[in-house]
Amino acid sequence: MNNHDNAKRHIISILIENEAGALSRVAGLFSARGYNIEALTVAATEDPSLSRMTLVSKGTDEIIEQILKQLNKLIDVVKVLDLTQGDHIERELLLVKVRAVGHEQRQEVYRLADVFRGHVIDITENSYTIELTGDGKKLDAFLATLGESQILETVRGGPSGISRGDKAMHT
Amino acid sequence: MVFRFDLERLKVELTGAEIIARFLEDEGVEHIFGYPGGAVLHIYDALYKQDKVKHILVRHEQAATHAADGYARSTGKPGVVLVTSGPGATNAVTGIATAYMDSIPMVVLTGQVPTALIGNDAFQEVDTVGITRPCVKHNFLVKDVNELAVTLKKAFYIATTGRPGPVVVDIPKDVTAARVRYTHPRKVTMRSYNPTVKGHIRQVRKAVGMMLSAKRPVLYTGGGVILDDAAELLTEVAHALDFPVTNTSMGLGGFPATDRQFLGMLGMHGNYEANMAISHCDLLVAIGARFDDRVTGNIAKFAPKAKIIHIDIDPASISKNVKVDVPIVGSVNAVLADMVAEIKAAERGPNTSALGEWWQQIEEWRGVDCLRYDKSAEKIKPQYVLQKVYEVTKGEAFVCSDVGQHQMWAAQFYKFDKPRRWINSGGLGTMGFGLPAAMGVQFAHPDATVVCVAGDGGIQMNIQELATCLQYGLPIKVICLNNSYLGMVRQWQEFFYEERYSHSYMESLPDFVKLAEAYGHVGIKVEKPEDVDAAVERAFAMKDRLVFMNIITDATENVYPMVPAGAGLDEMILI
Ligand SMILES: Cc1cc2nc3c(=O)[nH]c(=O)nc-3n(C[C@H](O)[C@H](O)[C@H](O)COP(=O)(O)OP(=O)(O)OC[C@H]3O[C@@H](n4cnc5c(N)ncnc54)[C@H](O)[C@@H]3O)c2cc1C
Ligand SMILES: Cc1ncc(C[n+]2csc(CCOP(=O)(O)OP(=O)(O)O)c2C)c(N)n1
Repeated sequence: MNNHDNAKRHIISILIENEAGALSRVAGLFSARGYNIEALTVAATEDPSLSRMTLVSKGTDEIIEQILKQLNKLIDVVKVLDLTQGDHIERELLLVKVRAVGHEQRQEVYRLADVFRGHVIDITENSYTIELTGDGKKLDAFLATLGESQILETVRGGPSGISRGDKAMHT
Repeated sequence: MVFRFDLERLKVELTGAEIIARFLEDEGVEHIFGYPGGAVLHIYDALYKQDKVKHILVRHEQAATHAADGYARSTGKPGVVLVTSGPGATNAVTGIATAYMDSIPMVVLTGQVPTALIGNDAFQEVDTVGITRPCVKHNFLVKDVNELAVTLKKAFYIATTGRPGPVVVDIPKDVTAARVRYTHPRKVTMRSYNPTVKGHIRQVRKAVGMMLSAKRPVLYTGGGVILDDAAELLTEVAHALDFPVTNTSMGLGGFPATDRQFLGMLGMHGNYEANMAISHCDLLVAIGARFDDRVTGNIAKFAPKAKIIHIDIDPASISKNVKVDVPIVGSVNAVLADMVAEIKAAERGPNTSALGEWWQQIEEWRGVDCLRYDKSAEKIKPQYVLQKVYEVTKGEAFVCSDVGQHQMWAAQFYKFDKPRRWINSGGLGTMGFGLPAAMGVQFAHPDATVVCVAGDGGIQMNIQELATCLQYGLPIKVICLNNSYLGMVRQWQEFFYEERYSHSYMESLPDFVKLAEAYGHVGIKVEKPEDVDAAVERAFAMKDRLVFMNIITDATENVYPMVPAGAGLDEMILI
C-alpha cells in the first residue's frame, strides 16, 4: 500500500473451517498487518462445515502475494484463490430505498429499476425499495442514475465472486 | 496383562482434568511449567494424583512461558505451560509472543471461566483466545469435553510441525469437570493444514546450478536450521562447497563457530567480514532465515549484487522483505539432502579458482578484527568476561541470554559449535527472558552447565525466579554484567541522541550478592579486571549451587560493529 500507483483491486475467495472465530482470524490478520479490506462477505457453503468468504483488497503485486500467503498460513483456511488472476464473475446485492412521491416520480423510479433489471420489493405511499444485483459498476451506475437526492437509504452486500468454467474451488 | 490394562483404560470415564493429565503423559510430556488458580484447580488436582508429568511451580506466569520456551529451544520438544484464567493468561502473553516471534513449539493451557459464564464479565474472565490470536500459531477454545483430547492432539501437532509456534488451548472450568471416555488420539489429520516439507526438485536443481557457478557465494543461515536440527547437513554442504557461512543470531550454532568457513553473525551487530561478504556477494543462499530488519539494515542496500536463493518452510517468509530469485519451500533437511544429491550428481564442482579469490578478500576483511576491545583497561570489559566464560565452560555450556548489550556480546564472544546451545529472544527481544529460560534448559539437561547472561536491568524483570531455582535445586550460573545502565538504550542515546541519557541510568540497584543470598544462593561480586578469572572459575566450580555473579563492568562500553538504522550493512560503525 506504500505504492498506491501500482495498487490493483483483487477479489479473493477463501474456504475456511466454519468455526467460531473464523471471521476474526481473517479480519485480525488484515488489521494486524495493515492490509486493506474494501469488502468482505461470509456465509456457510453447501458443506456446512466450511465457510466461504469473498474479500476485496487493494495492493501492489507484492502485497497481494503476501496477503494470499498469510491467508493460506491461517490454520483454519482450507483454500485461497485470487479470482482476479483468472476469468471470473462478480455479483453484488444492493437494496435501495428511494423517495417515490406522486405518479410521475413513481413511474420514473419503476422504469429505472426495470431498465437495470431490479425488482421493487417493498412499496409505501412515499417510497420504493428496490433490489438489484450486478457487478459493482452496475450498482454504482444505478445509484448515480437515481440521483442522490432521491435516495433514502442504501445497503450493499459486498461482492461475491466465482470463477468461470466448470472447475469448482473445493475440488 | 498389558492388553487388559489398556482395555480398562479405554472403558473408564475420566474428567476433563484427568484427560489432560493422561493426555500429557501419553504424549510423552515430562515437564510442565505453571501457576495455579481457580479456573484450573481441577487440573491441578488431577496432576496431584499422578506422578508421570512433573509440574514446576514458577513465581510468575511470564516465567512459566519463558521456561517452557527455553526447554523447547534446547531440546526441540514442545514446551508446555499451564496457567489460570484472567491474570494468569494475560501474564503469559509476553512469553507466548516471545515464542511466536522466534517460531518456538509450545502448548499453553489456559483456564477459562465455566462455559455458562463466558461473556458475562465473570470473575477472572478475559477473552484469552481474542487476546492471544495475533501472537499464536493457532488457538482453541474447548467448549465440549468430547473435543478435549483431539483438540490437545491438534495443538501439539500444529505447534511442532511446519514452522513451529505456540498454540493456546483455552479450557473452561466445567469442561475440566465433565466426564467422558478417553483414548489417546495417536494421529490427527487436518484438511486445512499440511505443511510442505519436500522442496520442488526443479527449483533445487536450479539453485545447485547457480551455486556451482557462483564466484562470490555466501550461505546465510538462521533459526530454521536449528529448529529443523539440520546443523550437521548444513555443515556437510558448506564443507563440500567451501562456501563461507554467516548466521543470524537465531542461527548461531547451526554451523560450528570455530570453523574456518564461519564469518560470524551478520546484521546490525554482525561481524565486519560477514556484513562485507553480504554486501559484495554474487550469490546469497538464505537457509531458514527470514531477512529480519536487524539483519538486512537498509533493504535497498542489502546484497545488492547478488542473486538470492531462499529455502524456508513458510512460504510467507519468502519474498516478504527481499525479492528472491529462486524460492524453495521446504524443510532445511529435506532440501539440503536433495541438494547434496544434486551436487554429487553434477558433472562439475564449485568454481574453486573464483572461490580462492573470494576467500582472499574475506581474509582481508577478517583482518580488520572488528571485535577487538581494550584488554588493558582499568575497568572490567564485558567482552572479556564472556571470553572467560567460554573458556571455563569449554564452549559446552547452554548460554541463555537476556536482552541488551550483553546479549550481543554473548552472541559475538561465545563460540557456539553446536546447535540449541544459544538460547535468546531474538524477534521480540524480551527483557526478563534469560533467567526463566535458563530454568527450562536446566530441567531438560539436569547435568549440563547452564549459564544465564543478563544485564542489571533485565535480570530484575524476572528476579523472583531465584526462588523457583532454589525450590528445584537448579545450579544455574547467572552472569550479571552490571553497568548500572540500560546499556543498549544508553548506547543509542550516546550515538543518536547527543548523549541525552533519558531514563537509562539504573539508580538504587539492589545489592545483588545479598539478594542472591536472601534467595538461598551464592552471590559473588567482581569489581576489578584482575579478579575476573578466579571468580569465574570459582563460580563454575560450584557444580550444585546457583551462583549469581554481579560483575561491575565498564559502563561506557558499546557494542561494535554497529549498523545505524537506515544504513547499509557495509556502512558499519567500527570501534
Ligand atoms: C538487541 C537485539 C539486537 C539484535 N541484533 C541482531 C543482529 O545484529 N544480527 C542478527 O542476526 N540478529 C539480531 N537480532 C535478532 C533479530 O531481531 C532476529 O530475531 C533474527 O535476526 C532472526 O533470525 P532468523 O532470520 O534466523 O529468523 P528466525 O526468527 O529464527 O526464523 C526462522 C526462519 O526459518 C524458517 N523455518 C522454521 N523452521 C524451518 C524448517 N524446519 N525448515 C526450513 N525453514 C524453517 C521460518 O519460517 C523462519 O522464516 C537482535 C535482537 C535483539 C533483541
Ligand atoms: C520488556 C522490555 N522492555 C524494554 C526493552 C527495551 N530495551 C532493550 S535493551 C534494553 C536495556 C537493557 O539493559 P540491561 O538489562 O541492563 O542490559 P545491558 O544492555 O546493559 O547489557 C531495553 C530497555 C526490551 N527489550 N524489553
